[in-house]
Amino acid sequence: MAVLDIRDLSVSYSTPRGSLRALRNVSMTVPEGKIVGIVGESGCGKSTLISSIIRLMAPNAQVGSGEVRFKGTDLLARSEAEMRALRGTEISMVFQDPMQTHNPVLTVGQQMVDIQYRDKKPKAEKLKRAAEMLALVGIPDPEARLNQYPFEFSGGMRQRIAIAMALMARPALLIADEPTTALDATLEVQIIKRLKELQDEIGCGVLFISHHLGVIAELCDEVVVMYAGEVVESGTVRDVFHNPAHPYTAALLDCDPGHIKVKTRVLPTIPGNIPDLVNLPKGCIFADRCDKRHKACDTRPALWTARAGHRAACHLIAEKETA
Amino acid sequence: MLTYILRRLGLAALITILAVTLLFLIIHMIPGDPVSTMLGPKASPELRAALEARMGLDKPLPVQIGLFFANMLRGDLGMDVFTNRPVTTIVLGQIPYTLVLILSSILWSAVLGIALGCYSAVNRNSLGDRLAGVLSVSVIAVPAFVVSLYSLLIFAVKLQWFPAIGAGEPGAWGDQFHHLILPSLAIGLSWVGYIARLVRASMLEVMGEGHVRTARAFGLPERWITYRYALRLAILPTVTVIGVGMGFLLSAAVFTEIVFSRPGLGKLVIDSITTRNYPVVMGSVLFSTLIFVASTTLADIINAILDPRIRAGK
Repeated sequence: MAVLDIRDLSVSYSTPRGSLRALRNVSMTVPEGKIVGIVGESGCGKSTLISSIIRLMAPNAQVGSGEVRFKGTDLLARSEAEMRALRGTEISMVFQDPMQTHNPVLTVGQQMVDIQYRDKKPKAEKLKRAAEMLALVGIPDPEARLNQYPFEFSGGMRQRIAIAMALMARPALLIADEPTTALDATLEVQIIKRLKELQDEIGCGVLFISHHLGVIAELCDEVVVMYAGEVVESGTVRDVFHNPAHPYTAALLDCDPGHIKVKTRVLPTIPGNIPDLVNLPKGCIFADRCDKRHKACDTRPALWTARAGHRAACHLIAEKETA
Repeated sequence: MLTYILRRLGLAALITILAVTLLFLIIHMIPGDPVSTMLGPKASPELRAALEARMGLDKPLPVQIGLFFANMLRGDLGMDVFTNRPVTTIVLGQIPYTLVLILSSILWSAVLGIALGCYSAVNRNSLGDRLAGVLSVSVIAVPAFVVSLYSLLIFAVKLQWFPAIGAGEPGAWGDQFHHLILPSLAIGLSWVGYIARLVRASMLEVMGEGHVRTARAFGLPERWITYRYALRLAILPTVTVIGVGMGFLLSAAVFTEIVFSRPGLGKLVIDSITTRNYPVVMGSVLFSTLIFVASTTLADIINAILDPRIRAGK
């Protein structure tokens, strides 16, 4: 059974210009114990998706339709109190900017004890548990460091602490929102490795958001490619990265500096901008920027199956089959 | 922490020295001199010279300043020109009245202002928030002496709930408290609005920061997040503003003490300025300066206790 199963989720924001449709009919699953990556450029709806899963949405956000099923029950139907009981216990999050993640005026130990507030254990035991977690994520001398404040740690250390906090309750689902974007490359590799080891041990499902394709390829089992609020392609990392079925994914891969083998002065880009989410185009959402645009693109494509477990929202797949 | 406090106290001492020197020079520049005030216009030149020598006014200015500091350290601020009592005794006799007035005003207005600010931030854009906003801005706009006059008129003259003048019988706490209410209301009222606005703004800012989102993502109770996680940060600018605001409070106290005929530093300053009683002016302004420097220093130290980053000098 999938630990997280999002079905047909649509979310919009009310803005002065009208309804901004940030997510449209998004469906995706995170199987138990698997790591699923979400890739997409800024504004593709990644953050909206995460905040709808843990139901910490902006006040002007509305869920239009769909379900967010966690272990079989719909989170969107839960009460706020029921939702809060899940946060930090069954579903945990690691955020993008480690410099902003922790409260600056409370010690790390205090914050790690605070999030165990549901346990009726003495404080000494909670501190011990916190120190164990810090040791697990590779922070030396954890007992002493519990008395320190966030500003006394480097960015990489703070992100390790954030991971330690997120995994402390052994959640069933970990949501990591670009956890390594703010870190330099060597730290990124270390933290990704440690995250993978801990995930293996705990056996939780992970939803890993990133725009770093190399990290996704390294870490994830499956990948979902999002564009302008829609899922345009999903499948195993091998299928999607080696045989992209959607022109957007292909273009994204071409733009990854890690893929460029020939020396060049100008790095490749995808020309154009993402469409206006208030006034959506009629046909395919990517048509304006697509180099394979043709007549069929004036109508909206369905998510076609390219091969087993690999789907993409592009007319080319259907046309290849019928041809 | 200790090094921070020591460093801050050193700075306070330096500020005091500078401020007192400046004060000395300003008072020196005010037209009219204490000798003619004391002896009258018909005094003989010999008498004038004798008194000038006794008060040290014949010496050059830098020497006068030096002597002033030396005497100040010994607690000697000179003698009252008219009564010939030590200035230190006079000022110290008046200070408790002013301090009680200022501290009670800031205490009730801070408690109420912080509570209102938190309410407004948590219930942003609700009817209560808007109402609190309108009320805050209106009370900020009303100066303390206007509140003094009207509260005197309504609560002391018309309704006769509170006494109109004085500070109450010495030693009778209940009576003194009764006398304190109206002046304290007059000084504190605009601060309620000011602090409420300030706390609301900084609470809203802090509540939008990443660490609050983290706390929510871990399912911490919302009340806990508001008061333990956010307010502790949001209170920092308010503490600083109150510390610096001591200056405004002192000047508000001057008006209020006059309106209510309350003994205190403010009344002492006004009385001694109008009678050109220089040693008393100098003494009371010196103590006001000390109160101001002490309160800003205290605010900084409180902030350092609340925020470890300040302690570490980051």
